[in-house]
Amino acid sequence: MSTSKLSHADAAEQFIKDEPRTNWHDETLWFVRQKRDKAAHGLPEWEQLREWASQIKDHTLSNLDNYLLEFERNANTNGVTIHWATDGADHNRIIFDIIQKNNIQKIVKSKSMLTEECGLNEFLHAKGIETVDTDLGERIVQLRHEAPSHIVLPAIHLKKQDVSDTFHEHLHTEKGNNDPQYLTEAARQHLREKFIESELAITGVNFAIAETGGFVVCTNEGNADMGAHAAKIHIACMGFEKMIPKAEHLSVFLRLLARSATGQPITTYSSHFHKPREGQEMHIVIVDNGRSRQLGRADFRNSLKCIRCAACFNTCPVYRRSGGHSYHTAVAGPIGSILNPNIDMRANADLPFASTLCGSCSNVCPVKIDIHDQLWKWRQVLVSEGFVDTTKKVGLKGMAFVLARPGLYRFAGKAGRAMMRMFPWLLNNKLNPWYKQREMPAPPKESFRDWYIKNKQQ
Amino acid sequence: MSARETILKAITANKPTLVDLPAIDLAEVIQYNDLLQQYKTVLQSIGGGTVELQDLTSLKEELQTKKANGNFVVNRIPALGEVEESIAHLTATDLAAVETAYLEGTIAVAENGAIWLYESQMGNRLLPFICQHLVIVIEKKNIVPTMHHAYQQIESDKEGFGVFIAGPSKTADIEQSLVIGAHGARSLIVYII
Repeated sequence: MSTSKLSHADAAEQFIKDEPRTNWHDETLWFVRQKRDKAAHGLPEWEQLREWASQIKDHTLSNLDNYLLEFERNANTNGVTIHWATDGADHNRIIFDIIQKNNIQKIVKSKSMLTEECGLNEFLHAKGIETVDTDLGERIVQLRHEAPSHIVLPAIHLKKQDVSDTFHEHLHTEKGNNDPQYLTEAARQHLREKFIESELAITGVNFAIAETGGFVVCTNEGNADMGAHAAKIHIACMGFEKMIPKAEHLSVFLRLLARSATGQPITTYSSHFHKPREGQEMHIVIVDNGRSRQLGRADFRNSLKCIRCAACFNTCPVYRRSGGHSYHTAVAGPIGSILNPNIDMRANADLPFASTLCGSCSNVCPVKIDIHDQLWKWRQVLVSEGFVDTTKKVGLKGMAFVLARPGLYRFAGKAGRAMMRMFPWLLNNKLNPWYKQREMPAPPKESFRDWYIKNKQQ
Repeated sequence: MSARETILKAITANKPTLVDLPAIDLAEVIQYNDLLQQYKTVLQSIGGGTVELQDLTSLKEELQTKKANGNFVVNRIPALGEVEESIAHLTATDLAAVETAYLEGTIAVAENGAIWLYESQMGNRLLPFICQHLVIVIEKKNIVPTMHHAYQQIESDKEGFGVFIAGPSKTADIEQSLVIGAHGARSLIVYII
């Protein structure tokens, strides 16, 4: 789901127009990153845990077809129906079929980035079917007709007043009452009604276990459980990379997930679903949507290890200052910038450039994905495939031409320094993209090379 | 070709060479000198409360008083008196009126405050989530250091459903302000005997 058709840079420019809000967004996310550090430092084996998680995921990806078959077999034995979807359209159609067959009117959904990726809400809406998102943050953005801006904290871009205004309009809360406790209570009452009357619950999947045919869903609010245990049908949607071999491996991932995401030692609820309850139907939709293609790209395969903790978002200096919506995709941030060009290279060619390549994302990743390296590699793929805009392409070509000719490079450097000294307005103007948001540096009197030649004798 | 075959075929063609699973060595994992103290500290830090008891007499009295006062309480602990079996057939509307549920936990985890519950201990899958307040009783000897130890002791697929619960329902979706009591239980008190 995208809220704008603007490129990342253009959408970010809109976002940062409100400077205090940009600073607030930056500080809020950094605060979450610090909580993650505290939680990580609380475990002496943290680095070992990351290594185990990374190795378990490497192993799983290298045997994924067999694990999926084992999972399917065991889930079937447990009385769960498995569906396979090659893409988002397939995924939506499967869910729509279940809805139609059972003549369902009332649907509650717990947070699932996969259903966002597949555009399920819009698809069902077009068919005249409304879903109610039940995660508080997701409900807030849903009422505002916005997309989540963060995979763990969907409404992190909003202030209390925004939520208060939204709830006043839709839930008739007191105008101007910005108390989070009061607003959460209003949402609790509103959503309880939805849970109780729901006929169908859709949830995501955090981990699917080949050995048992079961799956684990993690929430702090308990909304996935309220929906799944009340409704007569439960559909769980998962990208096939959610697979892990055995139940005992859950220990590694449950120790890492919440600590990396919010700094909590574990989410409030880690629910293990294996069989439908008496009289209930349980379905699992296993989705590809480009994942098998990514599995075949050796440089980008690692991105399928992601457990969606968003630690890379919270630490990213670009995400924190540009906001999630500027990434115009369901999964924003550094990891989204690797996953989305795989889904649509043309539409998402801007994203791998939305990074400083500082490597902070890779340093915090609980499954050791080489995120910044992959962003750098995507840039090369996108340039060679012709998916970057002309300005960037011409600029890079010109740069390559100059850098390959030392004489020309020295001349250009000299000319540039002279020009900056004599005609500063030639660079300090709106036509120069480097002048945006920053002052140009004072030109040095001589180049490093000149200084070196002069001083090396001494 | 069906979607299933298409996907599996693509995965088989694209997967990398088989690599081994790592061995998880518990000697590498954090040790706690005092499991009980660690458990209490962590649970309190995530919004839950703990009470240490010699036996269940006082809890039994509390339950009886609540019942006598007409509160809708559900007991699932044999040691506290009659166990409610009828809740298995109650609807979500009925259960939404439950004020307090008393449940027995299997294993408690010192590193994160979580307690494992089997479906049979809940009596109804919805109960621990939809009740307003949750009381869980655990035995001191069933506190384990970490999640690795917990999974060694539970059979997560033994029943149709099971859950680790760590504290009351909470959210921080409005400006990162922590609010206890989102959709699930507004409070969690763990009695340790």
